[in-house]
Amino acid sequence: MSRAGAYSADPRLRWPEMLPWAVALAAFFLVPDYLALGAHILIYILFALSLDLIVGYGGIMTLGHAAFFGLGAYTAGILASRTALTDPLIGLAAGGLAGGLFGFASGAVVLRTRGIALLMLTLAVSAILLAAANQANGLTGGADGLSGIAVAPLLGRFAFGLVGRTAYLYSLAVLFLGWVVLRRLVGAPFGAMLTGIRDNPARMEAIGAPVYRRKLLAYAISAALAGVAGALLAQVNQFVGLDVLGFAPSGEILVMLILGGVGRLTGAFLGPTLFLVAQDQLAKAWPEYWYLGVGLLLLTVVLFAPDGLLGLFDTLSAALARRGAGRDR
Amino acid sequence: MTPAGVLLSQIAGVAFLGVAYGMVLYVISVGLSITMGLMGFVNLAHGVFAMTGGFILSVAMARLGIGFPLAVLAAFLGAAALGAAAERLLYARLYGAGERAQVLFTIALIFIAASIARLSFGTQAAQIRLPGVLHGQIALFGRAFPTYRALLILLGCGIAGVLWFGIERTRWGAMVRASVDNRGMAQSVGIDTGRLFTLTFALGSGMAGLGGALGADILPPQWNYPQEHLVYFLIVVAVGGLGSLRGAFAAALLIGIADTACRYWAPALGAFVVYGATIALLLWRPLGLFGAARA
Amino acid sequence: MTPALETRGLTRRFGALTVADAIDFRLEPGARHALIGPNGAGKTSFVNLLTGMLAPSAGQILMDGAEITALPAAARVRRGLARTFQITTLFRSLPVLDNLALAVAERQGIATRPWRPAARYAALREECLALLDRLGLAAQAGTQVGALAYGQQRLVEIAVALALRPKVLLLDEPAAGVPAADSGRILEVLGELPAEIAILIIEHDMDLVFRFARRITVLVQGRVLTEGTPAEIAADRAVRQVYLGESLHG
Repeated sequence: MSRAGAYSADPRLRWPEMLPWAVALAAFFLVPDYLALGAHILIYILFALSLDLIVGYGGIMTLGHAAFFGLGAYTAGILASRTALTDPLIGLAAGGLAGGLFGFASGAVVLRTRGIALLMLTLAVSAILLAAANQANGLTGGADGLSGIAVAPLLGRFAFGLVGRTAYLYSLAVLFLGWVVLRRLVGAPFGAMLTGIRDNPARMEAIGAPVYRRKLLAYAISAALAGVAGALLAQVNQFVGLDVLGFAPSGEILVMLILGGVGRLTGAFLGPTLFLVAQDQLAKAWPEYWYLGVGLLLLTVVLFAPDGLLGLFDTLSAALARRGAGRDR
Repeated sequence: MTPAGVLLSQIAGVAFLGVAYGMVLYVISVGLSITMGLMGFVNLAHGVFAMTGGFILSVAMARLGIGFPLAVLAAFLGAAALGAAAERLLYARLYGAGERAQVLFTIALIFIAASIARLSFGTQAAQIRLPGVLHGQIALFGRAFPTYRALLILLGCGIAGVLWFGIERTRWGAMVRASVDNRGMAQSVGIDTGRLFTLTFALGSGMAGLGGALGADILPPQWNYPQEHLVYFLIVVAVGGLGSLRGAFAAALLIGIADTACRYWAPALGAFVVYGATIALLLWRPLGLFGAARA
Repeated sequence: MTPALETRGLTRRFGALTVADAIDFRLEPGARHALIGPNGAGKTSFVNLLTGMLAPSAGQILMDGAEITALPAAARVRRGLARTFQITTLFRSLPVLDNLALAVAERQGIATRPWRPAARYAALREECLALLDRLGLAAQAGTQVGALAYGQQRLVEIAVALALRPKVLLLDEPAAGVPAADSGRILEVLGELPAEIAILIIEHDMDLVFRFARRITVLVQGRVLTEGTPAEIAADRAVRQVYLGESLHG
């Protein structure tokens, strides 16, 4: 399938891009009992978007992205439970900053390698953070998790109630802003440059792009966004557990993104939504079989639809287009 | 004993345990190094075969009453058979598929294997009861060392020797070396890479199972084994260098000793030293200690 | 006159294999210089050394009198050194325009701009279209590179290098693999290149070499065999010997 590059593509908003927001707002009114799950999904969509920037657009595979997510969560959580800084926006900024800085530091090392070494180092960095969080249980609560996270009313007015209405709309707003920023980024010269590095680093080097530095920049931005998503989680749940760090959440978000389809931002909406809704419905009923089922589904997908749901959709619409063209003759 | 004597004794003890742990890591990971060097396939699910070996040992001994040596052999053969089947049916379809598909595929395998292990054996680690003769200690150089660890060291060296002989002196080994060096060229001189891959993958998985069984005392078989130890297996392969026997051996020993030393003297630091050393090593030598750029 | 590009004793060894053996080379400003030699002579390795894709074992590289031996590849491009690849290295799934735009964006320093959509950089697009027009490719601006005829792809490869407004241009077999009918167009384009650019061309097509070059360097097994005007090279005994048995397109 040919895709126009950013310099040739039509940058105007297309109506399907408004769908997720319409659905999210509709859900707010139609299924008020599921707002907790809804906020959870919105947070993971933001997490998946951050991952798509480096996996889909940058071509950098990572098994440790939860490191930045978890760091953001713990940063916001610690700030809100141990200091007087309970304003949620400050927490978001802190989470993003922590994620971004750590992303820059770890990326500087990790991005000097390729292939298996790169994968392993992303895993190692993630494992280091998990071990650190476990150790520093005075700060993080260790295996018991970090509770007592107080969240001041948003903008001084909107308190976070038990029903989760504020939390849901807050998450939606943050996700929307994150999406706007990312959409602009990938449509701008930055995005064209990043996909250029993904598709042909030798060619990019040959036109004067310092490839390593650019990848590091993208990595840090992605880490900052993941940190914001983590901070959001801490504030919405008012709790942070060790399960935000390590291989498990990193592998899961990667799976969610690839299932949805990488490299187009839309997959980051589809993947987590379907995965988390299915998990909510099925994992409660048959917990031991849930991962077995997911594994088998993944196996099927990788063998028959490796480009995820969006890839399937493309193949279908291409086939339909061919049929239509044939009929018109 | 003098303080120096005590320290020396501690160092000897730690080194011994570290080398034994390193041997287990070596036997498990060397198969991964060879198959990754040979097929260029990112196999994150390698730990599944090690876990399989461990569980086969446990089941064979505890539920079928089979003796230790035979059970270890069964672990090797079982894991090898599983590897051969997986390679033929699944892995072979994804050789050209790119990193993303391979990562997704091996994560799927981990999910499936972990679920099956959990359903079959619950969440508790399998306890292995070693034969009585292997309990206790033996006296070496005026000090007492655990017998089983001593056996692990002996077996590890023996396996390394056999593997070296196999790679350096047999026709199979020559074909593997050629294909690791330059796959396209190897194919054009008529090496049947398909069969070579299956055979080598089966061997690598069998070795993993063997390591999983022999090391079941140190790394108990448990449903989350493949994820839990993935980092260390990958570290051995990356630090050693893909496709290098010497590299895997050296890296495994280094990690075994470093990890054991840290747990003994600086438990708060734990794995940080190993990770830090790994990062430093890879920055110095990005292809691993004995790695080489492949054609 | 300071050479646009110069090497002094440039050497590169891979263990026992020496692909570049103490090469002394000068490329004058505005040069039309060809590098020829039998297969395996080390011509592409030499270009890789010049661009920084390969690090030398010994020797120096200077550009406009300033040493660039330790400078990374991307920095050399910023100084005005551009190359084309022997095997077309373009973004095959992207339109021709985007391929050029990426290069122009790097040159203009706007490649990391994060907000305004790339398609709205009108001046940049205009510059790309103007360049394509000069090369006769304006009609293909929106075509996927992968859909172009191979000869046109080679032209796009040259266009991308030109988009960088280089002072030194290294062309690695620009006509390689191009059917005889289309290589005439490439020769035309080469002839119309701005006179100020110093151009080094690697080629096997002797017809192209003798029509284009004002100076020729002959490289054999990593060493400079000889250097001179086309007439001198054509008459040189040693050169004839080296090419004995190889067909000369003429």
